[in-house]
Amino acid sequence: MNAADAVALSTSGNQTRQEPAPKPLIAISGVEKRFGGGEIRALSDINITINEREFFTLLGPSGCGKTTLLRMIAGFEHPSSGSILLAGKNVLGLPPRARSVNMVFQNYALFPHLTVAQNIAFGMEMLNWAKFEISERVAEVLTLVRLEAYHNRKPAQLSGGQQQRVALARALAPRPQVLLLDEPLSALDMKLRKEMQFELKQLQQETGVTFVLVTHDQEEALAMSDRLAVMSAGRVQQLGTPQEIYGKPVNRFVADFIGEANLISGLLLGRQADVTFSVRPERIELATASAPARLYGILQAATFLGADTLIEVEAGGGIIRARLRGVQMAAPGSEIGLFWPDDAEWELRE
Amino acid sequence: MRLKTTLLLLLPAVGLIFLFMVIPMLISLLYSFMTANVYGGVTMPFTFGAYVQMLFDQDFSGNLTFMPDYLLIMLRSVYLALATTILSLALGFPIAWYIMCQTPARRTLLLTLVTLPFWINTLIRTYCWILLLRDSGLVNGFLQYLGLIDHPLPLLYNQPAILLGLVYTFLPFMVLPIYATLERLDPRLVEAAYDLYASRWRLFQRVIWPLTKPGIAAGTVLVFAPALGSFLQPDMLGGGKQLLIGSLIEMQFTSSRNWPFGSALAMLVTIAVVLALILQSRRRKVMEARA
Amino acid sequence: MKMSGMAKLRPFDWRHNPGFGTFTALMIMFLYAPLIVLVVYAFNANRLVTIWSGFSLKWFMQVVSDGNIKLAAETSLIVAACATVCATAIAIAAALAFERGWNFFGRGIAVGVVMIPLVVPEIVVAITTLIFFSMLGMTIGILNLVIAHTVFCIPFAMLPMQGRLRSMGAAYEDAARDLYGNEWRIFRRITLPLLAPGIISGAILAFVSSLDDFLISFMVSGAGNTTLPVYVYGMMRQGVTPEVNAISTILLLISTALAVLVFLFSRPSAVSRTAGAAASAVPSS
Repeated sequence: MNAADAVALSTSGNQTRQEPAPKPLIAISGVEKRFGGGEIRALSDINITINEREFFTLLGPSGCGKTTLLRMIAGFEHPSSGSILLAGKNVLGLPPRARSVNMVFQNYALFPHLTVAQNIAFGMEMLNWAKFEISERVAEVLTLVRLEAYHNRKPAQLSGGQQQRVALARALAPRPQVLLLDEPLSALDMKLRKEMQFELKQLQQETGVTFVLVTHDQEEALAMSDRLAVMSAGRVQQLGTPQEIYGKPVNRFVADFIGEANLISGLLLGRQADVTFSVRPERIELATASAPARLYGILQAATFLGADTLIEVEAGGGIIRARLRGVQMAAPGSEIGLFWPDDAEWELRE
Repeated sequence: MRLKTTLLLLLPAVGLIFLFMVIPMLISLLYSFMTANVYGGVTMPFTFGAYVQMLFDQDFSGNLTFMPDYLLIMLRSVYLALATTILSLALGFPIAWYIMCQTPARRTLLLTLVTLPFWINTLIRTYCWILLLRDSGLVNGFLQYLGLIDHPLPLLYNQPAILLGLVYTFLPFMVLPIYATLERLDPRLVEAAYDLYASRWRLFQRVIWPLTKPGIAAGTVLVFAPALGSFLQPDMLGGGKQLLIGSLIEMQFTSSRNWPFGSALAMLVTIAVVLALILQSRRRKVMEARA
Repeated sequence: MKMSGMAKLRPFDWRHNPGFGTFTALMIMFLYAPLIVLVVYAFNANRLVTIWSGFSLKWFMQVVSDGNIKLAAETSLIVAACATVCATAIAIAAALAFERGWNFFGRGIAVGVVMIPLVVPEIVVAITTLIFFSMLGMTIGILNLVIAHTVFCIPFAMLPMQGRLRSMGAAYEDAARDLYGNEWRIFRRITLPLLAPGIISGAILAFVSSLDDFLISFMVSGAGNTTLPVYVYGMMRQGVTPEVNAISTILLLISTALAVLVFLFSRPSAVSRTAGAAASAVPSS
């Protein structure tokens, strides 16, 4: 599955849902994180609002600050300046145990000496719930993640996917307002990852808990999120729905990071020289009489991928990639005309 | 964890050791500058006498004559400690290497075997050698039985016996740190290096030796320091004829009743050990900086 | 260039070193042979140690019923037990502070101070303790020994605990904090159970160190408070006798049993990690 398909998938899911007015749950304003006496800025001027019942993702390459921000919501890190409000309450200085926020850690951190059931019960025990309440809720959550038969096992006896579901169950059991997930699928293999993406999305919709996910995998982000924030070098580059981010990238970084994008200088298109346009490969077609070419280039390579053919065309000193439907053979070295509809092209602001 | 909790948790350990180790060492330093009391202990006045006594003999009119006896003892101690260290290294490195080349299950077994003697009382381990090496001991008995000798060989109560006892005691101390560094070696690195150098000796020289230097350095200090201050081995295997610093110090607090002199000697040994430590830590910093 | 698929003329497995195995085997024999000799001699019925005249347990019987030896053994056990309890408790606190605590200025010095008993030669430890006690005028026998032993047992007990805290990592405790635990409950339900193997190893290490100690006990103990090793030393000074062999064998077996216990409780790599920790703890800067 590529990025385009991911967007299509999430669009189909969202279209059928009613859209009540979103109520903000987490308000991050002006948050900064500085190290080394102000020398290093891990986060600069972060302003994000996350709503109730929302699946929100922080997406970005390693080192962009997304995990730091997540840990700030959890209470493990503190902003150098700015504020974080949880349901209207300022959580500055509050330790993790005072926040109705639970986290699924990257390596799950399941207590190895406790059984699955004891792991799940832990949070509720710390909150001093009544015994019968706890056992009821543990059973409920085990059913939710389909691990009823494993309640007496120790984490070491479970597979990676099962451990992850226990970690989820453990975090959801105390009914938190927010669930944080730190790259939860990175340790799983490809097939399992696809399954879990679907399961996580379902889980979030069923429970109605706000999910905040951190990942570097843009396909994952586009497939699962209601909204996402693309981050780089400690800043939010763009915030919006998957469709917005994919179709209308705000700058080069976002266009390049999300899916594949051709960044074409205005000069090549006979327009202003200092403007860059982004065009997605799957929107490009071969020029025909009814679809006249916007530009011409020399075909470098054509790769048959089954449903698509990927071609690389050299034009103006750069390579333009296009995904063509079906098999369309042309000889490398020949001149090719490329066309795309008006709405496939998007002007980048910077 | 907050600062206050951290400091509070550390207080018993640091406090106790400070009170019963650091302060006593300072007091010993003080004592080394005082005069010996006839009944043991010290009295005034303050003097450098103890330190002078190390090198010179002072007669009643205050004339100093150079007396090499104690210097000899110190040199002998350093020599034996060095010899122990080098021998332990020569013997211990191949052992550590061999263990590293085994499967993990066998490694545990071998490591256990090598470290087990460490847990047994040094007294007993040293005594065993008396059993073996004395005139009516096993070795002599065996050699006589074979007809190779008529009279028992004086295997005990000399320097080689002490050296044997020291190496025997401290060999595991050398194997463990070296093994710890070897364990961290990436096997792919070794294979790639062998492809490059195509000779075991070169492989060792260019790749393995530099990488294990930290472990060797650690092992050296772990062996040299206690060997320098060892008491049991020279006392039991040297028969009191071959004095080392350790036994010399002990004497000052038992039979000789010269506490200032004993303290002075102890300070000397401590300084030597601390110097060795600082040297090793400096070299380690250099090596780490280079790495 | 060689093709990787082809068998090489002389396959090089750098793990295969001829002679090293034999050498190691010889070295291991070297380490154990004297001990085995001792044990064999202890069962020798003959008073003359060199002549074998049959298997006998009589020296063990004699030694076990000797009043002085029993007293010394009692003293050793009491001192070791007290020192172990104190040292282990203190070591747990210190290990937690070092591995989970605030990284304060001077932490390196604190580590160094705690490691001093391991670094300074035993003879120096022994005489400085003697000097200190005599200066304070402390002549309450067993207390002196307990204090002296506790002091050098602390770093021994602490090393395996540090190793264990490092290897288990702080992630579990963070997860527990996220799940609404307060510090004390987290310590009791998460940290302590997971630290348990380290605590047990540390306690056994401390116990063995105390039982085995000779030099410090020799200097510090008063008239009525000899520990077993000190008493045996006195016996050895008087010559090689089968009684000495017997009591030495008993001590040997006890130490071995305890050492085996430690190895059972610590996972294999913990052994080398403890060694690594000890090795890196030594230069404390």
